[in-house]
Amino acid sequence: MAASTPEALADIRRQQAQRLRQAAIRRLLARIIFIALLIGCTIMFMAPFVWLISASLKVRAEVFNNELIPDPIAWENYVNVWQAAPVLSWLKNSVVVGFLAAATVTVSCAAIAFGFSYFRFPGRDTLFGLVLATMMLPGAVTMVPVFLVWNGLGLVNTQVPLWAGNLFGSAFYIFMIRQFYLSLPRELFEAARVDGANYLQIWRHIALPLTRTALIVVFIFEFKASWTDLIKPLIYLYNTALFTLPRGLKAILDQFGQGGEMQWEIVLAASVIVTIPMILIFFLGQRYFMEGIATSGLKG
Amino acid sequence: MLAGLAFISPWFIGFLVFTAGPMIASLGLAFTEYDVLNPPKFVGLQNFQRLLTDPRLGLSLGNSIFYTVLHVPLVMMVALGLALLLNRVGKAAGFFRTAFYLPSITPAVAVGALWLWILNPRIGLINRSLALLGIVGPGWTTDPNWIKPGIVLMSLWSVGSTVILYLAALRNVPPELYEAARIDGANGWQQFRHITAPMISGTIFFTLVVNTIASLQIFTEVYTMYFGNMNSGAAASAGLFYNIYLFRQAFEFLRMGYASAMAWLLFVIIMILTVIQLRTSNRWVYYEGA
Repeated sequence: MAASTPEALADIRRQQAQRLRQAAIRRLLARIIFIALLIGCTIMFMAPFVWLISASLKVRAEVFNNELIPDPIAWENYVNVWQAAPVLSWLKNSVVVGFLAAATVTVSCAAIAFGFSYFRFPGRDTLFGLVLATMMLPGAVTMVPVFLVWNGLGLVNTQVPLWAGNLFGSAFYIFMIRQFYLSLPRELFEAARVDGANYLQIWRHIALPLTRTALIVVFIFEFKASWTDLIKPLIYLYNTALFTLPRGLKAILDQFGQGGEMQWEIVLAASVIVTIPMILIFFLGQRYFMEGIATSGLKG
Repeated sequence: MLAGLAFISPWFIGFLVFTAGPMIASLGLAFTEYDVLNPPKFVGLQNFQRLLTDPRLGLSLGNSIFYTVLHVPLVMMVALGLALLLNRVGKAAGFFRTAFYLPSITPAVAVGALWLWILNPRIGLINRSLALLGIVGPGWTTDPNWIKPGIVLMSLWSVGSTVILYLAALRNVPPELYEAARIDGANGWQQFRHITAPMISGTIFFTLVVNTIASLQIFTEVYTMYFGNMNSGAAASAGLFYNIYLFRQAFEFLRMGYASAMAWLLFVIIMILTVIQLRTSNRWVYYEGA
């Protein structure tokens, strides 16, 4: 048959080689498209940051030009923000409120989650169902009465309402830490019981250290939530001196945007000041951010 | 047993004081007129009748629903696309992951301020980029028809945490499944359709529910961008979202009763939507254990 002649065999080999070449070209093309897409998307996500920082360092007349590197570099924008607003005390307020909010929620949720996972008591699962149900409740439903509670306690226009509610836990974190506790072997706790430890000691010396990672995740996420929150400071704080950074940025926006043209160089410099601490926190806790989202589905 | 109750008691007290109590109070307040300064006055169903006839309420609800319908599917598609890209990167994934994630940890106020500038029709990053291509961009912040699409665009920038979530789900799909499919001659699309999509459908469903609930309650970014202009102009109609209108009623006009009725309407809407999503989910969500 024809296929057995040397010419035909060579022909088949040639075709095979061509097919391989074509496949290689297709793979290369796919690779190029893939890399171009990836880089294009990255540029689109990073461009606003680059423009923000670049424009925040331009003099007013230049804010809208296309230069990437400002000329001259207007450090005075930051000085102006600094002088126009008590930025340093806002920063301090944000740190204090964020730390208190994160610390209280971590400790209380760890305790509550321990109660829901280690112990067995009647009605436990019903109560835990209630915990989960509260996650569905829109904040707007309780916003007004909760305001009235703090108002009744005379704590409106103090920073207490921004964090003290966290003393009572928060459904999402309780759920998350409980999942971690449930994965610990029960024998660990029982052994400590036999050695005469009380429940508080078991929680403190066995459960807490073994779930350190989960606790750090909770702390970082609550710190971030507190750091970026605008609604609570908006409702509870009237004195400029008490503001947190986001509330302060909103005040700067109002101050430099009213009555005509926005003074963008000031607003953008203030935006950088509000954003940078959060990015620093992210780089310090990067591992925990990623773990937190992956393990809990928590919104970043 | 008592010790267990002691451990959960902080939650229980908080639940009574900050959730159950306020829920009952809010339901009660919905039948009153209350301005905080004077005692609440019972007005029966008046607030609920007002809900039905208030054109601003219809407007704000319509805006929030329009935004949700546009935002949720777009965010999910963009996030899935980026996650599929990242899943193929390999070693450098950390860098790109960070690049996509950073916007979502940027404080919402700063995002609002930044995007008010990016979307600016004359001087903003977007319209000037479009101008380079010879396209005259729309009035993202001034044209009532373009204000909501502009906000959706901004929301896509903060898609990062959903990307990370999808990426984690993609990494959990057993590679043997793809190998088997390749041996059977399945192409890329068929592998996505019959392996990837079902295996991550649980995560897709989760993001659908969470994003819907969250986007119906969008507040901070829009408040930052447009709250100074809520009394007139394009933003007064197109930028009036449900929670912003609710906030105004409660803390600007001190109509706590009407705001409470509004909050309950939102609660009912969210409940209905979530139940519908849960009911329809078992047709397309695949659970490994089930």
